[in-house]
Amino acid sequence: MTFYQASFYFFAAVAVASALLVVTRRNPVHSAISLIVTLLSVAGLYLQLQAEFLAAVQIILYIGGVMVLFLFVILLVRLEVTVRQEPFNRQLWIAGFAALVLLAELGVAFYLARGGFSLPAAPPTALQPNTELIGRTLYQNYLLPFEIASLLLLVAMMGAVIMAKQR
Amino acid sequence: MTQVLEALRPYLLPAARVVIAFLGLSLIAAAMIWIERKVLAHLQVRLGPMRVGPHGLLQPIADVVKLLLKEDIVPAGADRFIFLYAPVISVVAAFTPFALVPFASNDIAPDVNVGILLLIGISSLGIFGIILGGWASNSHYPLLGALRSTAQLVSYEVALGFAIVSVLLLSNTLSLRGIVEKQAELGIWFVFLQPVAFFILFVASLAETNRNPFDLPEAESELVAGFHTEYSGFRFSLFFMAEYTAMALASCVATMLFLGGWQRPFASIRALDFLDFGLPLLIFGLATVWFVKEIFHAVSPTHRAVLVVFAGLAAGLTGSLFVPGVMEAIGGVFWFLLKVFAFLFVFIWFRGTFPRYRFDQLMRLGWHFMIPVAIANVIFCALGLILAQRPGWNLEGGVWAGNAATLLVAILLAGRRRYERVV
Repeated sequence: MTFYQASFYFFAAVAVASALLVVTRRNPVHSAISLIVTLLSVAGLYLQLQAEFLAAVQIILYIGGVMVLFLFVILLVRLEVTVRQEPFNRQLWIAGFAALVLLAELGVAFYLARGGFSLPAAPPTALQPNTELIGRTLYQNYLLPFEIASLLLLVAMMGAVIMAKQR
Repeated sequence: MTQVLEALRPYLLPAARVVIAFLGLSLIAAAMIWIERKVLAHLQVRLGPMRVGPHGLLQPIADVVKLLLKEDIVPAGADRFIFLYAPVISVVAAFTPFALVPFASNDIAPDVNVGILLLIGISSLGIFGIILGGWASNSHYPLLGALRSTAQLVSYEVALGFAIVSVLLLSNTLSLRGIVEKQAELGIWFVFLQPVAFFILFVASLAETNRNPFDLPEAESELVAGFHTEYSGFRFSLFFMAEYTAMALASCVATMLFLGGWQRPFASIRALDFLDFGLPLLIFGLATVWFVKEIFHAVSPTHRAVLVVFAGLAAGLTGSLFVPGVMEAIGGVFWFLLKVFAFLFVFIWFRGTFPRYRFDQLMRLGWHFMIPVAIANVIFCALGLILAQRPGWNLEGGVWAGNAATLLVAILLAGRRRYERVV
């Protein structure tokens, strides 16, 4: 096992384990911390794929931005109530059935796509600097969708501000 | 055995750099304890620490020993695991980014092509130490301190980000080494091309590191000690160290982005070349002379012994400058650290000068002034760069026109009627 394989399995295992912790912890703060660990290990996987830009943005936006705000909101909520609440409700059978269907669907998808996973080997030298490539793609090929998406976010933000102001 | 050594060879140099950077930063943090108390004292016409060692020089050692020997208290009802490890998050997030900082052109720091993003990203993880530490304490003051701190950091990170974008417009690269080299190539530091962005970055760094006049998370009169109220001993000292290291990191970022990194001031003027050798010699020489002078004024044999050691160190440093090759090897690091220490001094100077902001004032300054000005600066400087491509214009002219437009916006914003206090 090479170093790259070892680090891949490490990051993947940490990501899966901490993702499980996110949904099983009762305390929302513990869930949030587990989610941070998940996002960090995904950033590690991006780094391994030589996608430094994605890794950096993952850390800045999701961990440094979104998760900080998550925690901020959680701290304002009374935790005692949520800790005492029953985390699972009576829909165990329905949920289990839905999960099984999803699993079967994934299994079929993997089965149909077998053999399609053989990608060409990465060139031995470093890849092209992906920051510039992402910039060109976003601002030249996909400029209109990009602008529409940012407009959508702006509208959502203004909506949230107006709803907060009305109270 | 030799095979193992042979296999480890490529890792030895990076490992050595990690160790040197870590020890050096710990030393700077320790020195900052002394420098901060001493500078503040002299700003307030006091003497500051004078007892432990000559002029209190050994005070950091006494402080560290005191903190390490204190009892490590975990409050009742605290979330034990998070409480114990929150300071570690802060320290790791403060120290790790230095792996990316190129201290000199001959530094072996990895040249990551998204260096500045990765650096900002890792250092922004430090906030989790503050939030989680404040929350896990199970106490009111730390929780309030943590909430304030979060709001403050999130607000000022936006302005900081836009100030960095203003630099990226000129540098065309995200690599830290690339940004410094671009300044060498243009022959002008970005602080002269982007003064407004420099101001915003500096103020935002003050807010990010919780320093005066933005040290609200630790406002003693309101919140006791903020998020670290319940911490004692070793874990408190970890938070303390993280704070000073974060200050050093903010200074490094400002140095690299705006002050030309490891370059000598006015590197393009040949007539000033004597500074390359002259200034280090002057600084270390003066230190030697001062320590030797103090030996004759020592109040006790212990103080005299300490002074002799310090004088010996300073004299050794001064002497080593004359060894051929040494100056070339340490020149870059010397200029870099000189700029970093100048910033750290200004941080302390501010603490001795400005009163603390009220929380609503802090938020208003951040959202109603800093962020709009930072965004205006990015837009106007981008327009200025387009203007610079027209005949009859050059880079400096275009960017300065952009800065002038930003200043106009800033004046209009500052002159606006003050908002009523909304709570």
